[in-house]
Amino acid sequence: MEYLGILFDQVYKILFLLVPVLVSVAMVVWLDRRVWAFVQKRQGPNVVGPFGLLQTIADALKYIFKEIIIPSSSNKVIFILAPIVTMTLALIAWAVIPFSATQVLADINVGILYLFAVSSLGVYGIIMGGWASNSKYPFLGAIRSAAQMVSYEVSIGVIIINVLLCVGSLNLKDIVLAQQNLWFVIPLFPMFVIFFISALAETNRPPFDLPEAEAELVAGYQTEYSGMMYAMFWLGEYANILLMCAMGAILFLGGWLSPLEIYPFTLVPGPLWLVLKILLLFLLFALVKAIVPRYRYDQLMKLGWKVFLPLSLIWVVLTASYLFYFNLLPVN
Amino acid sequence: MIAHSIFFYTFSIIAIVSAIMVTASKNTVHSVFFLILDFISISCLFIMIGAEFLGMIMLIVYVGAVAVLFLFVVMMLNVAQQKNQWFSSEESSKHIPVGLIISTLIFVELIIVVGGWKYKPDLFDINNSIEINNVSNTHSLGQVLYTDYIHIFQISGMILLVAMIGAIVLTFRKRVGVKTQSYIKQISRERSDGVSVVKVESNKGVKIDD
Repeated sequence: MEYLGILFDQVYKILFLLVPVLVSVAMVVWLDRRVWAFVQKRQGPNVVGPFGLLQTIADALKYIFKEIIIPSSSNKVIFILAPIVTMTLALIAWAVIPFSATQVLADINVGILYLFAVSSLGVYGIIMGGWASNSKYPFLGAIRSAAQMVSYEVSIGVIIINVLLCVGSLNLKDIVLAQQNLWFVIPLFPMFVIFFISALAETNRPPFDLPEAEAELVAGYQTEYSGMMYAMFWLGEYANILLMCAMGAILFLGGWLSPLEIYPFTLVPGPLWLVLKILLLFLLFALVKAIVPRYRYDQLMKLGWKVFLPLSLIWVVLTASYLFYFNLLPVN
Repeated sequence: MIAHSIFFYTFSIIAIVSAIMVTASKNTVHSVFFLILDFISISCLFIMIGAEFLGMIMLIVYVGAVAVLFLFVVMMLNVAQQKNQWFSSEESSKHIPVGLIISTLIFVELIIVVGGWKYKPDLFDINNSIEINNVSNTHSLGQVLYTDYIHIFQISGMILLVAMIGAIVLTFRKRVGVKTQSYIKQISRERSDGVSVVKVESNKGVKIDD
């Protein structure tokens, strides 16, 4: 009975985290489309519900009732597994995100490594979908995406090392608490910019959406998917984008901490600050999608390996030597 | 403790079964996927014995990077043709003895290494282990890696660097006649480089593009 109690407690906590995440994914899709439309002087989805807020739910309903078509020459098990992997990996990472000093589902010692590992596993959903479709465009999209994600992960890893040098712990709560006096976005501003651009590439967002470049590859790895399976890819993608925004907010923008510890700011509870920071980063993601044209593939690879990687490596040396010289290294 | 052992046996059974399936499955892409499953369940086992840092690094390095490259290579080869003739054809069956010899050698080497294992003398000292328990896993690993084993650590890093440079040198080739974009050339181009005014004599014309 004791185990059963623990089990129910955990399931309750997980649902309490997952349901808001899924709802906010739906809302964020709407926000993305609205921002995109406003930049182009269009209206965007504004019919279903107030301001069109229920558009995503209507779309999801449509996908549920559509027929799922599985190509006859595809590798069926892997074909069905691919969207499930994408969706699951996008959701399990939320377990370690701290919403305040006490509100965190799994407060593990290696939280940032867990986040990094899960985001690097995300490539499998795409590569499985692309290969199992047994068709040219999905395969090309999957290969492109895998190469892109592996290259940009390297610079994200090095940027994380920068932050860890200043914190001295891999725990996400410690990383936030280390920013009580100064958010890392100020001393590490170039790293924040590189992290943001790498996050765009890691989540296959425009201007780096070459895996699904519709002009060349139809829809990349999603070409053969339909109905609910397509919707799962789509929701997983947006959950991943939100996760990257949360990671940026925790690493650079001080997580749940308020910008200034004075009267009007302290009224807002911590979790709300985190949500606001995630939304701010997501707005930037949406604006970039509307404003910047797509990169060419060789330019993308050149940017990742010849610009971002050396720059972030140099910054690691700089940070480490600065901390060492002024005796600021966090030693416990 | 019951939950702990249930998880342990689940992960170990998955690890062993997927390790067998790596060699047993006919489709090479499937065997890479089983290899990934094996990596994941082994990193779960690492986390269960408290080596959380190792488990996560295993996920990041092996599953996140190495296995992706494996998958790349295997997918690029024409799997559909190979999977039917792997062991059955005349040509490939002569690889079996070589493979057997190599695998026996590796097995014997593993036995020798594990049999002659020497632990650090103060590893099982109780006072020492209490001291270790106070700091986190990552912290204690770093302390050992950068003090007692610094030379081995640095040498293995150098070996990896040499291997990387070697791979680049082996695959590097200068391609002739390929047009590449040079940003500096493009930006520094001026009117005087691109345009020239030529007086054309009548009935003679002018030779362009030489």
